Amino acid sequence: MDLIRLKNVSKKYKNGVTAIYDLNLAIEKGSFTFVIGGSGSGKSTLIKMLYREERPTKGQIIVGGLDVAKLRNTKVYKLRRKLGIVFQDYRLLPKLTVYENVAFAMEVIGATKEVTRRNVLRALEEVGLKNKVHNYPDQLSGGEQQRVAIARAIVNNPKLLLCDEPTGNLDPERSMEIMKVLDNINKTRGTTIIMATHDKEIVNSMKKQVVTLKDGHLVNFKKKGTYIDENN
Amino acid sequence: MRIIRMLGRSIRDAFKSVIRNFSLSLASISCITITLIIVAIAIMASFNVQNFTQEIEKDLTIVIFLNNEVTDEDITRVEEEIKQIPNVDQDSVVFASKQDVKEEMQQESEVFDTVLDEWDDTESPLKDTFQVKVKNVEKISDTAERIEKINQVNTVRYGEGMVDQMISAFSSIEKVTYGVVIALVIVTVFLIINTIKLTISARRREIGIMRLVGASNFTIKTPFIVEGMILGLLGSIVPVIFTTYGYLAFYKHFDGYLFTQLIELIEPEPFIYSTAGIVVIIGILVGMVGSAGAVRKYLKI
Repeated sequence: MDLIRLKNVSKKYKNGVTAIYDLNLAIEKGSFTFVIGGSGSGKSTLIKMLYREERPTKGQIIVGGLDVAKLRNTKVYKLRRKLGIVFQDYRLLPKLTVYENVAFAMEVIGATKEVTRRNVLRALEEVGLKNKVHNYPDQLSGGEQQRVAIARAIVNNPKLLLCDEPTGNLDPERSMEIMKVLDNINKTRGTTIIMATHDKEIVNSMKKQVVTLKDGHLVNFKKKGTYIDENN
Repeated sequence: MRIIRMLGRSIRDAFKSVIRNFSLSLASISCITITLIIVAIAIMASFNVQNFTQEIEKDLTIVIFLNNEVTDEDITRVEEEIKQIPNVDQDSVVFASKQDVKEEMQQESEVFDTVLDEWDDTESPLKDTFQVKVKNVEKISDTAERIEKINQVNTVRYGEGMVDQMISAFSSIEKVTYGVVIALVIVTVFLIINTIKLTISARRREIGIMRLVGASNFTIKTPFIVEGMILGLLGSIVPVIFTTYGYLAFYKHFDGYLFTQLIELIEPEPFIYSTAGIVVIIGILVGMVGSAGAVRKYLKI
């Protein structure tokens, strides 16, 4: 079954730049997909449209049964509760501890303390940070901070995990650690993962589904793909 | 249950924010305090003015003097005609015959007593009178004019000049106080909008993350609204103390009357409690309206 379906999606920004041209795409439930392409290829725009940060200019986007393009601003939270998002810059709250940062995602949707505690500890265990619950973000390394962000993204058991260049700020070793964590989440929880990246090494070593974008056009969609060098 | 949990969270966050931005909170609390003190003074002054205007109006009477040669039939006819004027309070119409007036005056002083005794009914300079009260004091001069046109009515007196001036002075005092109160409330609302705006910009990052992890707009907005209400509440503490103890001291100092026996102050109890209540409610409402304005203007979600 498809979790995400895009039909004739185009996105033109107000400044006149067209980021996506007539994109058709279907992503299966439980899959792990890389979205690759150089800068300006439209991969970030695609991710942003999936969590309704941007609206498509044309076309239809369905995520988990929700018509994202038609979703009103006041109803966006319904979509956001179905998915987790991880960014390149982690976006943690510096004044909260690791535990509080992850619990924040549950508190704001009104979960009880007991459920919050159970889910937060489980999520932190999955990303391997159970021994750092009381630390503050600035006491952690970049890789650890990103794992906190991942824990926060999965703590509400979302069907979909969107990652926008999650390894962009990390060295190759830390990046592989993050990939292991993501792969593990995909396998044990069955969470569908879509990850935008331009890291060749990662894509080639993971052997996952690959969507390749170039200048806003879909140029390749392979089940077990590798990074296509734009120069070829 | 969930709503209560979320509200608890909002109140906790709001208090945190008030304490975290303490200097800023203190600034707006002081402004609310000053405004509310003035509002309290205005309220108390305005209620007092209203009170003694009403007292004076209650005592205000039109006296109607009839012609000397009126018959008993004339008197009944005039009474009927007076009662037909809409502004006349029908139950208040009182007739005093020459004889009644004479006796009343004789009781007042010995000089009158001897002088009046020498006149008999036919040559008495006194006249039969009616005393009338009106429903709406502002229209008293119109009513007096209408009464004057009735046949056999000689003169109509109601202390024109003094009463007219007093009533118009009080009503303009009242209008000015209302104007001052409204202006101050508006200024305070803008101050609170500014405070909450700074809180919002200080928490921009947090709001962004809340939005990402699926907080509803209600959840995001409520803490700011609650914060405004807390600022209003804290700002009304000093004005409440000022109102209760200040008015009590004022009342005692002047023994319940201001300058003359004519102007009677309102009894402190329960007046001070209701005024304090109004001040608190205005404080909270102003805080709420201000933060709601800031949320609508600066929280683009």
